[in-house]
Amino acid sequence: MTRWLVRVAVSTAVVAGIYGIGAGVEATMIEYVQRIVLIAGINVILAVGLGLINGTTGQFSIGHAGFMAIGAYTAAFTGVQLAPALSGLAGAGALSEAVTFNLALLAGAVMAGVAGLLVGIPSLRLKGDYLAIVTLGFGEIIRLLFNNTQALGAATGYFGNDPSGLPPYTSFFWVYLWVVVIVLVIRNITFSQTGRSLTAIREDEIAAEAMATPTTRLKVTAFSISAATAGIAGGLFAHMQSGIRPEDFKFEKSIDMIVMIIIGGLGSITGAIIGGIFLAVTLELMRDLQEWRLILYALLLVVIMIVRPQGLLGTRELSLAMFARKKAPSKP
Amino acid sequence: MTLLALSAVEKVFGGLRAIGGVSLAVEPGQIFGLIGPNGAGKTTIFNVVTGVYRPDGGRVTFDGEDISGWLPAKVAARGIARTFQNIRLFRSMTVEQNVMVAGFRIHKAGLLSAIVRNRRYHDDEREFSRRAAELLDIFKLRELAGEPAASLPYGSQRRLEIARALMLSPKLLLLDEPAAGMNSQEARALVEQIRFLRDELGLTVVLVEHNMSVVMSVCEQIHVVDHGETIAEGPPEQIREHPKVLAAYLGEESEAQAVKDYEAVSRPSHERPEEPDA
Repeated sequence: MTRWLVRVAVSTAVVAGIYGIGAGVEATMIEYVQRIVLIAGINVILAVGLGLINGTTGQFSIGHAGFMAIGAYTAAFTGVQLAPALSGLAGAGALSEAVTFNLALLAGAVMAGVAGLLVGIPSLRLKGDYLAIVTLGFGEIIRLLFNNTQALGAATGYFGNDPSGLPPYTSFFWVYLWVVVIVLVIRNITFSQTGRSLTAIREDEIAAEAMATPTTRLKVTAFSISAATAGIAGGLFAHMQSGIRPEDFKFEKSIDMIVMIIIGGLGSITGAIIGGIFLAVTLELMRDLQEWRLILYALLLVVIMIVRPQGLLGTRELSLAMFARKKAPSKP
Repeated sequence: MTLLALSAVEKVFGGLRAIGGVSLAVEPGQIFGLIGPNGAGKTTIFNVVTGVYRPDGGRVTFDGEDISGWLPAKVAARGIARTFQNIRLFRSMTVEQNVMVAGFRIHKAGLLSAIVRNRRYHDDEREFSRRAAELLDIFKLRELAGEPAASLPYGSQRRLEIARALMLSPKLLLLDEPAAGMNSQEARALVEQIRFLRDELGLTVVLVEHNMSVVMSVCEQIHVVDHGETIAEGPPEQIREHPKVLAAYLGEESEAQAVKDYEAVSRPSHERPEEPDA
């Protein structure tokens, strides 16, 4: 009982903290910087979610931009459809906006998660690199589908029904609240019996099976959860701007996500967080270089492979205890 | 009742008959040895029993149930645990985690419990960690619980594989060359541990092993295969002097001579005189 009370207290404090920091950010930073901060948060969600399947489970997906696109389009469309209904019900205001937005995000997550199931069930039964090929194709198919769906704006993109574009729901508060929720969920999955079994699949699938692990089911579950988190990130991304276009979710986007988790260290949640933030910042710094940045990323990856093949953190997690241990005097 | 029975099991890889109609029966509580020269098909037999390979002929019966062609995870959940010839540990995971992985079958806290970290999750974790500690104690690995499995010396890795297999609470344990890479002191300790598994934990053990002093001292029944076929079966003292076994281990040329010698010295009433190969 007391444990739950403590949890409620901590959660309230965290929510209040995010709200406070958000107010501070919005008051002090120029819009350009704010945008980078939001992108960083969305990247963290993408990276942490992708890390569950690519890092922890060792099944390589290179089409996560497809799931992000599904989440983005679903959330944008749902948000636009729900807004009038909910504001009619509860009156226009912050509350009905918040409800609309989060329902839209959840719809995006569910759609992306279901898409993850549909892609995962046939391809994850196979061993080896099939998943990479299938997800690569899947990402492109999704993009082309949106590119040719007139109801969703086809190649021009989806801007909702309002001339000013999609409602700008995405704020510091919501992005970072979702960052906290998703990081916690992924962390709790990773450090549980399921997480151990997922890691075991990565380490040696045959041995995992010999230990009565339902490998296919676990891989599909992890893949679907990972897809759903990409869907949330897509929804946050969609409501950040006036519209979304299919070309926002090109193959390069999937590569960006992979770069994030490789820089941070495959299999490390804190590594993925660092990688996500790193990419948001460097992407801005290299904006003038346009597509050339891919070459720089490739170079960066090559350097990392040579200097630190396990990524910044390897599979380890950054924690306060880690620093405490370093400072502790070594035994003679 | 027989715990594990193979009847005329066959496995063919392309043109190679890896196992050609092997039949054997392991009784509950037995320590059963499966021996034979390199490439005789011993590990293939293990792989067929545990579902890694699907048999091309014959039947595998376990505890009264036909398990031929079952998937490995289902076979493991049914009560057959194994170790691997070329150690297959989860290398980057700690010793304790390696053992706990095998608790998946019996874990009660689902994904949602894990996400909200409720009491059921904590109960599970505590229970698994306690059981893992018990098993690690048996194999003298307790103090290494927090080390990555890959950092362990070879002999300890082999013992960790057994501890991990036991986390499944199996009825039958298949050990694939458990003494490989162990020094004689470790091998002697292993013999004690295998006896402990049978005497204290009531396990039935089948082991594939090349270390003859281990096989002869611990096994009660020995089945010998060569080129995928049974060449002998019996208690250790009988196998030790069996001409076909000697021939299989010493080479083809001496086979005819060995058979002749054996027939010359054995009593005519010998239970089943072996015919020389056609």
